[in-house]
Amino acid sequence: MRRVTVVLNVLGLVIMVFGATMFLPLAVAWIHRDAALTAYDAALVITLSCGGLMWFVTLRSRSELQVRDGFLLVTLVWSVIPAFAALPLMFHLPGLSFTDAYFECMAGLTTTGSTVLSGLDHLPPSINFWRGMLQWLGGMGIIVLVVAVLPLLGVGGRQLYKAETPGPMKDAKLTPRMTETAKGLWLVYAGITLACALSYWAAGMTLLDAVIHSFSTMSLGGFSSHDRSFGYYNSPLIETVSSIFMLIAGVNFATHFLAWRQRSPAPYRRDVEASMFVLIVLASCFMLAIYLKARGVYPDFLTALRYASFNTVSIATTTGYANTDFNQWPAFAPLWMLFLCCFASCSGSTGGGIKMVRGQLLFLQGLREMVRLIHPQAQVPVKLGNQVVPNRIVFAVLAFMSLYGASVTTLTFLLLASGLDFVTALSAVLACINNTGPGLNQVGPATTYESLNDFETWLLSIAMLIGRLELFTVFVVFTPAFWRK
Amino acid sequence: MPHNGFWLRACKEHRIALFEGTDLKIVILGAGQVGSSVAENLVSEANDITVVDIDPARLRRLQDRLDLRTVRGNAAHPAILAQAGAADADMILGVTQSDETNMVACKLAATMFNIPTKIARIRSADYLSHPEIFAPENFAVDLAICPEQVITDYIVKLIEFPESLQVLEFAGGKVSLVAVRAFHGGPLVGHELQYLRRVPQTDTRVAAIFRHDSPIIPEGNTVVEAGDEVFFIAATEDIRGVLRELRRMDRPVKRVMIGGGGNIGRRLAGALENHYQVKIIEFNKTHAELLSAELNKSLVLAGDVTDEELLEAENIREMDVYCALTNDDENNIMSSLLAKRMGVRKVIALINRSSYVDLVQSGQIDIAISPAQATIGTLLAQVRRGDCVAVHSLRRGAAEALELVAHGEPKSSKVVGRRVEEINLPKGATIGAIVRRRDRGGIMRGNGKPDDEHQVIIAHHDTVIESDDHVIVFVVDKRTVPKVEKLFQVDIGFF
Repeated sequence: MRRVTVVLNVLGLVIMVFGATMFLPLAVAWIHRDAALTAYDAALVITLSCGGLMWFVTLRSRSELQVRDGFLLVTLVWSVIPAFAALPLMFHLPGLSFTDAYFECMAGLTTTGSTVLSGLDHLPPSINFWRGMLQWLGGMGIIVLVVAVLPLLGVGGRQLYKAETPGPMKDAKLTPRMTETAKGLWLVYAGITLACALSYWAAGMTLLDAVIHSFSTMSLGGFSSHDRSFGYYNSPLIETVSSIFMLIAGVNFATHFLAWRQRSPAPYRRDVEASMFVLIVLASCFMLAIYLKARGVYPDFLTALRYASFNTVSIATTTGYANTDFNQWPAFAPLWMLFLCCFASCSGSTGGGIKMVRGQLLFLQGLREMVRLIHPQAQVPVKLGNQVVPNRIVFAVLAFMSLYGASVTTLTFLLLASGLDFVTALSAVLACINNTGPGLNQVGPATTYESLNDFETWLLSIAMLIGRLELFTVFVVFTPAFWRK
Repeated sequence: MPHNGFWLRACKEHRIALFEGTDLKIVILGAGQVGSSVAENLVSEANDITVVDIDPARLRRLQDRLDLRTVRGNAAHPAILAQAGAADADMILGVTQSDETNMVACKLAATMFNIPTKIARIRSADYLSHPEIFAPENFAVDLAICPEQVITDYIVKLIEFPESLQVLEFAGGKVSLVAVRAFHGGPLVGHELQYLRRVPQTDTRVAAIFRHDSPIIPEGNTVVEAGDEVFFIAATEDIRGVLRELRRMDRPVKRVMIGGGGNIGRRLAGALENHYQVKIIEFNKTHAELLSAELNKSLVLAGDVTDEELLEAENIREMDVYCALTNDDENNIMSSLLAKRMGVRKVIALINRSSYVDLVQSGQIDIAISPAQATIGTLLAQVRRGDCVAVHSLRRGAAEALELVAHGEPKSSKVVGRRVEEINLPKGATIGAIVRRRDRGGIMRGNGKPDDEHQVIIAHHDTVIESDDHVIVFVVDKRTVPKVEKLFQVDIGFF
């Protein structure tokens, strides 16, 4: 049991750090004198005391975290924190059930952006700020933040970082020390977010809206403070700014970090994943624009391009903004967008899904098998750029794909069994496991996840969690081997 | 010299005065393949050679065969170098397996023993891409040679001109010496050499003809026969035109198979893979993995080069060229014989033992390359008297082609200011071409890479040689080389 108490000790610490972030929405509430002002006091006290108690009780068993502990800690952090994050919502909206509040906060932290709340425009500003901030914190990762601000996690920090960051290859050490890496990533993240917020502000949003939307844009989350999302502004300029920053956030932040460090764009040229991501997303935008024009959805090409590109970029990067109800488009377009969100965004970005690099590796592995059939003795490496990818990673990607397929199938069948129609069930599972947000039909961009029953809501909360932590981190905790002494 | 600038040169003029009329004292570090064959070549030129190696068995074998001194020990240790006579050596040649040992030895030779010429074999491309580390104040390597690169360049040329047996470059690639076997059907075959003059845009000079392995001094009325090995000198851009006169052209090479992924095979595949379809066979599975990581377009096959089924499965009959480049002579011979029988158009085999080279050349194997022969020229250029820029050893060392710089004035030199026919060349030596700086403002330095400012003049009987011309001389019999060198020497007082 000693190992669990070690993990609980760090968990207490993480909860306290997280609790401290509630001061920010409190400040916003205080500035705006909004209705939710009182909700944060209680939430703050509960969160800090829970975390402090947990930390204090287990203080005596403090020791260095081991490799395995990382998985347990990350899984625990990501399943417990939404519960604390839900407190302000529940205090302010007494009608909101714990299930829905937990779902909402999980959708925030995992940067999914699917919501059960309606009437967003009438919520107090601080609540909307809190929702956006949850996404921003979850985008780069809570653990990475903790590693950055609390260097006391020591060697275990690298293990935690690996368990939390998405992508198949995480050994790229940007700096010799983990703390420096975490700090660097957060600084780059914060810097681009600031640029995004200023751009929104300059493009015509109010300051608070600009901040909230920059949070959910850079984290590729998709929460908005308006029910109609970006349709509320109906401004091509704001949509363009948003598209550009979503594309930036869809690229590996390690690449941004290197480019910033070296003050040169060379790292982007070397990043084969990023170029493929941008290429596929832009090509899809044009393809769908032509398709929508040809099917007569929009009368002229420019309008078609505007709607097709904003929604495609938004869904493909797993953000989930919408400026129109794309559920009404001919089936090919929304299904293609849903397909893109499964793999378009890059590893190490704030996006979800399979990740572009896994798609590339799978494709190359397919090619390799074909070459091997023709030349049985050929030595064919899987190469990404000029870098050979070790077989171990290729196998890990194959394992990931089979687990991903199994998870999607199982969850879809469970939702079907609970009474949803097929398109709703499949699109909801994909939208949640890829951390995208809106699905189709009953959970489409014009509606919310409010209509689902508790069972379905919990199921989708789990889908978001395993999707954000890329399956293995969560599943490994549930294997008997993990608990064997 | 053609070796991609992978070399730095000692101050030549300084040395000419120093070594005039004396034997060179040379210390060779490393008694491997390159070390021994260099020792063998230099001993025959009456030099004092000392070989250093850590393996006594190798040294014993060398000493049994050749008249030289051996020292056992680590070549990068000052005491060993002193024991090898570094104190009064004229030249040190680091050709041990380790780049680092060679470099350190050169540094020691410079700081402790003040040896004027320091040559090191450097294999790592990483070192070679930073020439400043070889500067006198750093590792003090006057000339960095990479035999594998020399051989690779050599094979690349052979694949570029599949009709040729040998393509050697002079004056930084401006002039080429090409060996080609005349075939039935070539326009020149059966004609007198004068005929070549009448073909426009193929200014060339036939330097020598070997018929049944014995040299014929080419005259205007010499008739080329089918089967003759013709050596001609031409400006590099004219080679294709000249070749067309000598034989019908083969179709250009598209597919190349390489047997053996060692140092040479790897470099060759890397050099070829962007222009040809390359398949490379490597026996060692780990090496094959590394190869496939390094090469981008080549297909790397893990297998045995003498495995008939593998060659068959990989479509050897469709290949234009097969290069057997493993470390093992017997494997190379067997595998290229096998490949030839299975229908490949042309086979090139790397063969270290000179007795084997004689055995297989002009048989089933189209071209046998002896690594020692291919690289010895770079070193020979260093020990020659006179301002010699490049030496290529030909026909297993029997013949030689030299690039010499004519210095001085008509009074002090035996070549400057004279017409080609007036120069008293020994029998069997021909002046093939001259590279001259167009603008006479400066001197073309020994190591200067000729650029557009330099013109290639194919030598005719009335061509007049000027000072600072680079003269390319073909010598049929190596024994007459000293006479040629002497011709190009000037009074010491000139410097």
